[in-house]
Amino acid sequence: MKYVDEFRDGDSARVLAQLIKREVNPDRDYRLMEFCGGHTHAIFRFGIVDLMPDNIRFIHGPGCPVCVLPAGRIEAAIKLAEEHDVILCTYADLMRVPAGKKDSLLKAKARGADIRMIYSATDALGIAQANRDKQVLFFAIGFETTTPPTAAILKIAKAMELSNFSVFCNHVLTPPAMAHILDAGDAKIDAILGPSHVSTIIGSNAYAACSEAYGIPIVIAGFEPLDVIQSTLMLVRQINAGTAAIENQYTRAVSKSGNKKAQAMMAEVFEMRPLFEWRGLGSLPESALQIRPEYADFDAEQRFSMPTIDTAEIKGCICPAVLRGMNNPDECKLFGTACTPEDPKGACMVSSEGACAAYYSYGRYRNSEAIT
Amino acid sequence: MSRLDIKHGVIEMAHGSGGRSSATLIDELFVRHFDNELLNQGNDQAAFNVPAGRMVVSTDGHVITPLFFPGGDIGSLSVHGTINDVAMSGAKPLYLSASFILEEGFPLAELEAIVISMAKASKDAGVPVVTGDTKVVERGKGDGVFITTTGIGILPEGINISGDLAEAGDAIIVSGSIGDHGIAILSSREGLQFETTIQSDSAALHSLVAEMVAFTPHIHCLRDPTRGGLATTLNELARQSRAGISIKEISIPVKAEVKGACELLGLDPLYIANEGKLVCIVAAEDAEELLSVIRNHPLGKHASIIGHVTEDQHHMVIMETAFGGNRVVDWLAGEQLPRIC
Repeated sequence: MKYVDEFRDGDSARVLAQLIKREVNPDRDYRLMEFCGGHTHAIFRFGIVDLMPDNIRFIHGPGCPVCVLPAGRIEAAIKLAEEHDVILCTYADLMRVPAGKKDSLLKAKARGADIRMIYSATDALGIAQANRDKQVLFFAIGFETTTPPTAAILKIAKAMELSNFSVFCNHVLTPPAMAHILDAGDAKIDAILGPSHVSTIIGSNAYAACSEAYGIPIVIAGFEPLDVIQSTLMLVRQINAGTAAIENQYTRAVSKSGNKKAQAMMAEVFEMRPLFEWRGLGSLPESALQIRPEYADFDAEQRFSMPTIDTAEIKGCICPAVLRGMNNPDECKLFGTACTPEDPKGACMVSSEGACAAYYSYGRYRNSEAIT
Repeated sequence: MSRLDIKHGVIEMAHGSGGRSSATLIDELFVRHFDNELLNQGNDQAAFNVPAGRMVVSTDGHVITPLFFPGGDIGSLSVHGTINDVAMSGAKPLYLSASFILEEGFPLAELEAIVISMAKASKDAGVPVVTGDTKVVERGKGDGVFITTTGIGILPEGINISGDLAEAGDAIIVSGSIGDHGIAILSSREGLQFETTIQSDSAALHSLVAEMVAFTPHIHCLRDPTRGGLATTLNELARQSRAGISIKEISIPVKAEVKGACELLGLDPLYIANEGKLVCIVAAEDAEELLSVIRNHPLGKHASIIGHVTEDQHHMVIMETAFGGNRVVDWLAGEQLPRIC
C-alpha cells in the first residue's frame, strides 16, 4: 500500500533500532511520554517495544479523546436523546464508552434512543436537513484534529439557518493538557513524543511555551511505526546532548505554524472555556473550547437545559495515575480482572487508543502470569 | 391461479396466509427457480435415502444490510454460508432447506433476484434446496428479508475434524486473502459509500474441502473465519484446543485495497468477515503438501501457511508483526468500531 508500507518497513526499523541501541547510555533510563493514543496504539500494534532497549520506557499520555471525556457529559447526552426525542449523532468509538450506572450510548440506542454513528461531521448536517421535524444534535468530541470540521459545519448551519441543528461541544486542547502533566511533575518525563494529527492543525510552534517552561525535548512524530522509532532516536539524541528543542519528524504533514485556515475557522466559531473537566485529570482551566455567543443558536448547551452530572470515582481504578504517566496499566488491581475492553471501568480501557486497552489487547502476554 | 406481478408487485400479508396467494408465491417464485425433484413433489418435507455412516447438520440465519453487495447478495450468501458450515466438518453437503421471513411491502422483483441468485448458487454447488417455508411479517417488523438455511451432509469414513483437536506443533493454513467480504459490505453501506473494486469472497468451499480430506485424513481443525474474522476464529480454536497460536503477519494474505480501506476506517483486517475462506490446522508433516493441494483449487490459489500451534496455558494468539515486534491478537471486544483520529 503506497505511502503506508514505506513507513512500516521492518528492515528500516531494525536499522533504526540498532542505532538507538548503540546510542543509549546504559546507565540511565529514558522516560518518553507519547502524548497521543494514536502513538500508544502504534507502539503496541506493531510491537515496537520489542525492538527497543530495556531502558527506553514509553509512558502513555492522555491524548485519547474518548478516554478523557468525563462520563457525566455522556450521561447528559443520553438524557437529552431519551427525554427530548432528539437525533444524536456521534463518532463511532464514543458509542461504547461507559457513562455512569453501566450505561453507554450503545445501550441507550438499544433502548430506543435515536443515536446514529457518523463518519464525518458533515453527515450530521445531512441528517438535520433530512429530518427538519426533529432536533439533530452533534456530540462533538476530540482534540484540535476534529475541531475544524465542527467549526465548518457550525458555519454552514448558521449560513443555512438550520434551526433544528445544534452541537454539544466537548472539544479539548492539547498544549494545556501537556503543560498540566509536566507541571504536576510526578511522571518524571525526560521527553515527549509530540502529537501527530493535532500538530497538522496547530503547528509545531504551539508547544514552544511548554518546551521552554519545562526544559523538555519534544519531537513531533507521525503515527506510523517507523515515525515512532525515528522520533525515539531523535529524542534519545536530544536527551544525550542535554538539549530541549522542538523537532519535527513528521515534516510530510506538519509545519511550524500549522493550518492557518483551520485555526482561523476555529477562532471564529469557538472561544476558550474557562474550566473543563477531564476524565482522569480533573478540572483544568483554559483547556477546552466552547461555542462563541455569535453561534449560541447552534449551541446545544444553550438550546437545551443540559444537566451537569458528576460521576463518582471508580474504586480501585488508577486511570488518573496512568493518564499522568505515573503507573503502568498492569499495576492497577482492576486491570484484566474487573476492567477489560468488554467491560471497561476506567477511562483508559474504553478506546483501543487508551493505554490500558492497548496494553490489554496487544501486550498483556508480556506479563501473562498476572492475567488469566 | 393468478400470476404474480413480479415487476411491480410487493409482498402482502396474504402471501403468508397459507392460502391461494401463498401457493402462488411458492409455485411461481421458489419452486420455479429452485426446481428439483424433491421440492417439486410439493410436500412439507423432503424424504431421501442416505448411506450408512455419520451425518452432519448445521443451520445459519442470514440478516444483512445491504441485501445486495459487490460480489453477492443475501441469497447466494445463505447458500454458501450453510454449505461451508457443513463442509468444515469434512462432510459432503447433500441438501439444504430454506426458511424465508419476508416483510410486508418488500418488492417481488428484489425477492426474485434473491431467489434466482440463491438457486444459481445451489445449482453451482450441487446442493439443492429441497424443502422450505415462507412467513410474512407486518411492515416495520422485518428488514426486507431474512433467510435461514439448514444443511445436511455425510461424513466420509475416517474423518475426524473438530475445533478441539489442534496440537502443539501443528501448522495453520489460511486458504486466501482475508477481509474481502466485510470490506465489500462496508463499502456499500449507507453513509459510508466509498469506491473500491473489492468484491465479497462469498463462495461454497465444499469442493475444496473434499480435495483436502481426500489428500490427508490428518486435518485436525477446519473453520471458516466469518463474523469476527481470522482473529476470532484463531482465538476460538486456541480456546477449544487448550493451546496457544503463533502467527506471522507477513504470511497472512491481505489485498492492498482491503488494507487501504482498513487504514482509512481505523479497522484491523484480522477482524473483518470472510465468506469464502477457511482456516485449516494440520499436522506439520502434512502441511506443505496440503498447501499445494489447496493452491491447486481455484478457491485456494493464494493459500498460505500463517503460523503454528504452541503450548500456552493462557491460550493466546500471538502475532509476529511485519515490523519485527510481537503482539497479542485478542478476542474482539464488542463490535469493531472506526476510531476517531
